[in-house]
Amino acid sequence: MITAGVDIGSITAKAAVLKEGEVLAVSVGFTGYNAAQAGMKVLAEALAEAGVAMEGVDAVAATGYGRRSLPVAGTIVTEITCHAAGVHLLHPRIRTLVDIGGQDSKAILMGDDGKVKNFVMNDKCAAGTGRFLEVMARALEVDLDSFGELSQRAERAARISNLCTVFAESEVISLIAAGEERENIIAGIHEAIGSRVFAMINRLGYKEPIMMTGGVAKNKGVVAALERQLGCPIEISPYAQCMGAIGAAVVAREK
Amino acid sequence: MNARTDEKERKKIKAVKKMKEIMTFYYIDAKTASETGKKVAWITSGGPVEPLIAMDVIPVYPENHGAMIGAAKMGVELCEKAEAMGYSGDLCSYARSDIACATVNGGPIGGLPRPDMLVCCNNICGTVLKWYEIQARYFNCPLFILDTPFCHTSFSAEAKRYVRRQIDEYITFLEEVCKKPFDRDRMAEVGRLSIEGQRLWQAVLDTTINRPAPMTAFDAFFHLALIVTLRGTQQAVDYYRLLLDEMNERVREGVGAVDEEKYRLLWDNLPIWYRTKWLSDKFAAHGACLVADTYTSAWCSSLKYMNEDDFLESMAEGYTRIYLNIGVDEMARTVIAMIDKYGADGLVMHSNRSCKPYSLGQYDIRSIVERERGVPTLIIEADMCDERNFAEAQIEGRIDAFMEMMAAKGSA
Repeated sequence: MITAGVDIGSITAKAAVLKEGEVLAVSVGFTGYNAAQAGMKVLAEALAEAGVAMEGVDAVAATGYGRRSLPVAGTIVTEITCHAAGVHLLHPRIRTLVDIGGQDSKAILMGDDGKVKNFVMNDKCAAGTGRFLEVMARALEVDLDSFGELSQRAERAARISNLCTVFAESEVISLIAAGEERENIIAGIHEAIGSRVFAMINRLGYKEPIMMTGGVAKNKGVVAALERQLGCPIEISPYAQCMGAIGAAVVAREK
Repeated sequence: MNARTDEKERKKIKAVKKMKEIMTFYYIDAKTASETGKKVAWITSGGPVEPLIAMDVIPVYPENHGAMIGAAKMGVELCEKAEAMGYSGDLCSYARSDIACATVNGGPIGGLPRPDMLVCCNNICGTVLKWYEIQARYFNCPLFILDTPFCHTSFSAEAKRYVRRQIDEYITFLEEVCKKPFDRDRMAEVGRLSIEGQRLWQAVLDTTINRPAPMTAFDAFFHLALIVTLRGTQQAVDYYRLLLDEMNERVREGVGAVDEEKYRLLWDNLPIWYRTKWLSDKFAAHGACLVADTYTSAWCSSLKYMNEDDFLESMAEGYTRIYLNIGVDEMARTVIAMIDKYGADGLVMHSNRSCKPYSLGQYDIRSIVERERGVPTLIIEADMCDERNFAEAQIEGRIDAFMEMMAAKGSA
């Protein structure tokens, strides 16, 4: 059985094609203005890479903010269920999942059966999300992909005390004006996100082993900051960013 | 008529029509008070209304009006007006709506009638103190404040004496403003009607113990208006008897408020007035029925402290020990008791940007409930009246994910 999952997030759209529980291909692209088009584009790319025609797909499920816009989706399901399903397929040992996406961060507690036992989400604010990092990267004139590496070169983390994205941005601008090293500011930003996500995980009550998924999991600086707070290692899947799409393909198969 | 509209018709609560009629006449009565020579008092939702009824004063509730403003989706416009007047956006949206509305006679009914007096009881929050002071200045009318000490862990004898003495002062205040003596026999009668109305309201709410529940918390939000505004009148008693009969009949006939009720949830905090229909449909689509709530039950939860043979004596305790004036531990015990009573599988908490006393402590209550009963909680961040604090995509995602989790648990 071949299934596909499409995760249309607030910043990026992801697609995955699975055959009997094996990942054949994944694809990532920007969501932009047209969610449906972005979803169909990444799906077509993933199918092309997998060498599967659209007609050969048995079931499609959509997730993410744009989940209701994908015309070919037979099943619509939330990211919480999908990330858990994806992680359970590829990393069944994991008990706590931290997913930091463009607009939301969430912590998910998983049962032994791989099902969601409980979850918490960030409050209605962009702090501690991918969007927060994007705003900071723009203020610092740094490519977001180099954030992780730059922060590892920091002598010390600058202190960012504001949790609001808008206020934190002005705080960063003040630090720039005060001549603070870029690396230190970036490390400070990662620490701020780490603390915020740590507080959220604590509210849930976590259980090891812990995995991080979502686009922000690619940022080594955020992962390291959170690991320091937790005092335990965090596993990162090579499919971190596409875990929601992979999970959607798993759910499509179950339905 | 096809089967679907037939079923929809069957689910409609017939008493709604009567309720709308009563509320229309109530507001006409209040708005024409200056012509009929009656006095009007503005009073807080948790305030002691019975002495006003005994004095033939028409009680008017800015908070009920606030709910109407919210439901009519006029909250944002009025809140923005208040902000332009200089009030902070962090201030309660009922307060902002009311303060702004008074200056322009806006909102769905063209504003409330001018008050002859204001009665403020701080058992629901501290905001009402400043809010009513502002209105007392604006309308240049007398203000009575009933100060009910917060019951952190218990209700002391000193607190009881303190509140009881103020009730005497309240009566003196009413005699002075109304320029007539207080009729104690009439008061005793009003007290009995108040307790009877509260008992009937509790009985209405308790019909949802049945499976399927004949009504939801969304229905309770609507039918609540009379126990708030006309508590202590025969009209409220008659209405709730009518509603109770209808609910009991639905129970007998097995009419459920939600098609194929699969999950039973408990709601905490004020309704999100401008989205009740959306939320109701959203939960119903998942087969979830909100069977009870901590909000509407607050207007009958003091029954255990009340004595119908001596209303004035017992009201000091009854009005002080209400849900919003007790510590978090007792609140959690109340929530747990409701989960047990109504057989709730989950808790939905509205973290209400406007209502600080209601929203503070929710995370603690959530963990206590989870520990004691293993019942999961969904937190929705919004505001009762100010739509600018409602993010549909985020809230929809949370509800869907929560219901998917409940479904997965059910199949495990």
